[in-house]
Amino acid sequence: MSALFEFLLRMGDTTLILGHRLSEWCGHAPVLEEDIALANIALDLIGQTQLWLGLAGEVEGRGRTADNLAYLRDAAEFRNALIVERPNGDFGMTLMRQFLFDAWHVQQLKALTASSDARVAEIAAKALKEATYHLERSSDLVIRLGDGTDESHRRMQAALDELWPYAGELFLDDATDRALAQSGVAPPPSSLRARWDAIVQPALAQATLKPPESRFAHKGGRRGVHTEHLGYILAQMQFLQRAYPNAVW
Amino acid sequence: MSAAPYAVERIWDWLGGVPDPEIPVLSLVDLGVIRDVAWDGDTLVVTVTPTYSGCPATRVINQDIEQALRARGVEKLRLERRLSPPWTTDWISREGRDKLREYGIAPPAEAGRAVACPRCGSTRSEKISQFGSTPCKAQFRCRDCLEPFDHFKCI
Repeated sequence: MSALFEFLLRMGDTTLILGHRLSEWCGHAPVLEEDIALANIALDLIGQTQLWLGLAGEVEGRGRTADNLAYLRDAAEFRNALIVERPNGDFGMTLMRQFLFDAWHVQQLKALTASSDARVAEIAAKALKEATYHLERSSDLVIRLGDGTDESHRRMQAALDELWPYAGELFLDDATDRALAQSGVAPPPSSLRARWDAIVQPALAQATLKPPESRFAHKGGRRGVHTEHLGYILAQMQFLQRAYPNAVW
Repeated sequence: MSAAPYAVERIWDWLGGVPDPEIPVLSLVDLGVIRDVAWDGDTLVVTVTPTYSGCPATRVINQDIEQALRARGVEKLRLERRLSPPWTTDWISREGRDKLREYGIAPPAEAGRAVACPRCGSTRSEKISQFGSTPCKAQFRCRDCLEPFDHFKCI
């Protein structure tokens, strides 16, 4: 498997699984505006997935489409970061996950606009506009709810404590990352940590939230070792293609 | 190679009559998503860029272009997607902005300018939500006439 193909799966699977998680909120969010916002962000992420996985299929050269990759691979073949498969929890948990992700996503996409692969740079420039808008919203809401009522503060702190150990995986380098960095396709993940901290730390301080001191990071998603949650997501997401192979509308 | 059956200018005119499926007051040309029209031998090539990468209207836009051009007699047609440079609201035409305002949607505000209420023109507006009924809109409220309205967000 080429490093580029692996990288495109990591990008596309991460946006796909988060997009699917957010879509689970449709019709359930605490207020109508948030319901619409979550569905819209899900839509942006799934749109980006079509671009990343579409290119992955092209690069692989075996005729697989974005849909084939999304619907016909099993959990061990997925390359998403673990943080996006975390259950939605309450609204605070969903927002905190979004904020930690968006801050990484924006930095990653900014770096990718300078990719040596023009196709990667193009997709990144398109997605960056959307991700920037997502980060504006999620950081705004994390600050409002963290520095809100006792109840909202308690929930946001609990969300941060639970999700923090899943954020570190986004910044771990492996052999694939080193190969990609060498060819100028993508930045080494570790190079984004300081820029991520520069967004996340001040926002959390303003939100009166305290990140855990430990840098312990759960890892495995990017090489196909997932938590049990991914299997349930795929069971739902892939049901139709599994039950009715090649169904189209 | 046979000659191009229609002048490119005529094709642009025809596309100017194809409405955006979600905001039908705008044509696809007003919206700025048609990036190029050219003949490749006897095949017409229309290059389209998506507004938002997940916008569900994208597929319908392609169908509408094809249908409109076939109805005018274009036989050989190819639609191409272009991602770069990414679509920006700066590409919405001046007429398009006026049409949006008349339709009740505040057009994208220029950098640093307040969003003006499309009904009473007041710039005392506030954002209710960053997202609206389509990926391209946000929800606002006018603090003078108190009406809620959609704002075509700037990207």
